[in-house]
Amino acid sequence: MPADTRLLDEDQRALVGLVREFGSNELAPAVEGYESRGEDPRVLYAQLAELGLAGLPFPEDHGGGGQPYSNYLLLIEELAYHYLSFAIGVSVHTLCTFAVNEYGTEQQKKDVLTKLASGEWFGAYSLSESDSGSDAAALATKAERTEGAYILSGGKVFCTRGEEADVVLVMARTGGEGPKGISAFLVEKKTDGFSGLKKEEKMGWRSSPTWQLSLDEAQIRVDRRLGDEGQGFKIALASLDSGRLGIAACGTGLAQAALDATLEFTTEREQFGVPVAHNEGVQFMLADMSTQIEAGRRLYRHAAALRDAGEDYSLQAAQAKLFCTDAAMKVTTDAVQLHGGYGYITEYPAERFMRDAKGLQIVEGTNQIQRYVIGRRLTS
Amino acid sequence: MNIAVCVKHIPDPNLPGELDGQRLKREGVQGTLDPGDEFGVETALQLKQAHEGEVTLVSMGPPQALEGIRRGLSMGADKGVLVSDDSLQGADALITARVLAAAIKRTDFDLVIAGVESTDGYTGTMPSTLAELLGVPQLTFTNAIEATGDALKVHRQTVDGYQVVECSLPALITVTAGVNEPRYASFKGIMAAKKKPVEELSVADLGLSADDVKVAQNIVDISQAEERKAGEVIEDDGSGAAKIADYLKEAKVI
Repeated sequence: MPADTRLLDEDQRALVGLVREFGSNELAPAVEGYESRGEDPRVLYAQLAELGLAGLPFPEDHGGGGQPYSNYLLLIEELAYHYLSFAIGVSVHTLCTFAVNEYGTEQQKKDVLTKLASGEWFGAYSLSESDSGSDAAALATKAERTEGAYILSGGKVFCTRGEEADVVLVMARTGGEGPKGISAFLVEKKTDGFSGLKKEEKMGWRSSPTWQLSLDEAQIRVDRRLGDEGQGFKIALASLDSGRLGIAACGTGLAQAALDATLEFTTEREQFGVPVAHNEGVQFMLADMSTQIEAGRRLYRHAAALRDAGEDYSLQAAQAKLFCTDAAMKVTTDAVQLHGGYGYITEYPAERFMRDAKGLQIVEGTNQIQRYVIGRRLTS
Repeated sequence: MNIAVCVKHIPDPNLPGELDGQRLKREGVQGTLDPGDEFGVETALQLKQAHEGEVTLVSMGPPQALEGIRRGLSMGADKGVLVSDDSLQGADALITARVLAAAIKRTDFDLVIAGVESTDGYTGTMPSTLAELLGVPQLTFTNAIEATGDALKVHRQTVDGYQVVECSLPALITVTAGVNEPRYASFKGIMAAKKKPVEELSVADLGLSADDVKVAQNIVDISQAEERKAGEVIEDDGSGAAKIADYLKEAKVI
């Protein structure tokens, strides 16, 4: 059974109703095809924009939905329930849109935010480099200031929808070493010198394209620098705080899908003359799965409520990302186990759920980095 | 072109139906806008896009039928009228038509759109009765609609094809499920729908008397529909294709 809606307000219920309808009519029948072809579901992003769901947590006067972040996460959980790779794409788009909304000038909001929040454009986010992942402040991509522009040179890795997005938020070095030497730039598609170098082959998330990007003396206008010079790392981390909640909601939605598929399978599958689910050993596993999911859901919604109330939430966001995605890994692994041989073959979705869960433990700060963030907050 | 669309809030047809005596149980069950009516709403919205005017949703039902109207409003209709009255409990198709006719007459309509039949009662008689009571021509089973100012040209689906029929406005049409692809209500549409006007009327507000809404129809008996028989299974011993061809010939399909 999908997430409990009893305590949601009328707007939230309407939102969840709409997304579930979209999910079961459009996403569920499409997911297998896109995943097996490794094809970006461009049409679905356009449909999401038509439904007015591409910029839910951003101001209405800039094309957004004017909704609290908590409501946006309901959307993400429901999307992930049907189609994880798509939910990831939407979460990454929101990461980019968040930064423009938070740090953009009025002109940038007019030019870029309105397009992103309405879904006319979709955005991507690019921080990682081949030698700078968890140690993001060590990034080496250079941005040299010239007359009226910056010249960006270097290479980026692991950029979700880097080639498909209309604009990519790219972090590059304008100053000296360390976090204070980094600035953020809005790099538009088709900018000369900016291109997708290689699309990675991945274990999961196969229809969410992951790119190595090349910046070869790409010229970026000064008015496309987001925030001040040297503010880029702060922007990158603030976006991640917010984005972590999206990944947590993805974990919960994915785990819920795995549990529901497992409940269906184990109640139908009979061995020794009874449904597999009638065995206490199996029921205990199902009980643990559902409890983990529900606990995670409460954690990410609590963090989101803090965020909506204007409170500091970065500790809770890290806890939610850590817990929900570890829970997703455990739940999907058990889902495969409870499907027996059918869990290991591609005819059933359980193996895809398990492959997809692994990525969630790695992105937007590995779960080891989340523990580092949490530990540092607790002891400082 | 001002359009009135008949919409009905029904027990969710995707869930197993329950009986309350000899009638479908309607209270305390999950309800939804009749999926067949979404085609009518979509038809109206497309005609409005081409010819301007206003789309009014008209419904009869208990207070929760407002949900069905809201659904249509969130798709883009302009306003709603809900006739709700305790005396209408158990109303038959004739009373429904009488009530809807009275409600629609209060609006300035050029066209009335209804589904071919409801997805709960399935009598299919209400729209024709309604057209009669409104004194307008009826074009039923339409699956393509073209409006030209003060006239309509439609394709009327038949068993073996379609008829092209024209009529003047005002008129009533019933639309089939194949007529279009109903749009999703967008999130903004859902938010906006909450602010759109819905007039709630009683039987007395419509100027109808207690006699006008007195049920004349008596349900004598109901029974389970006969279960569809299992199909014939042909073992393919090499002659499967030929047997299928024979079967299709017998059915006069080929």
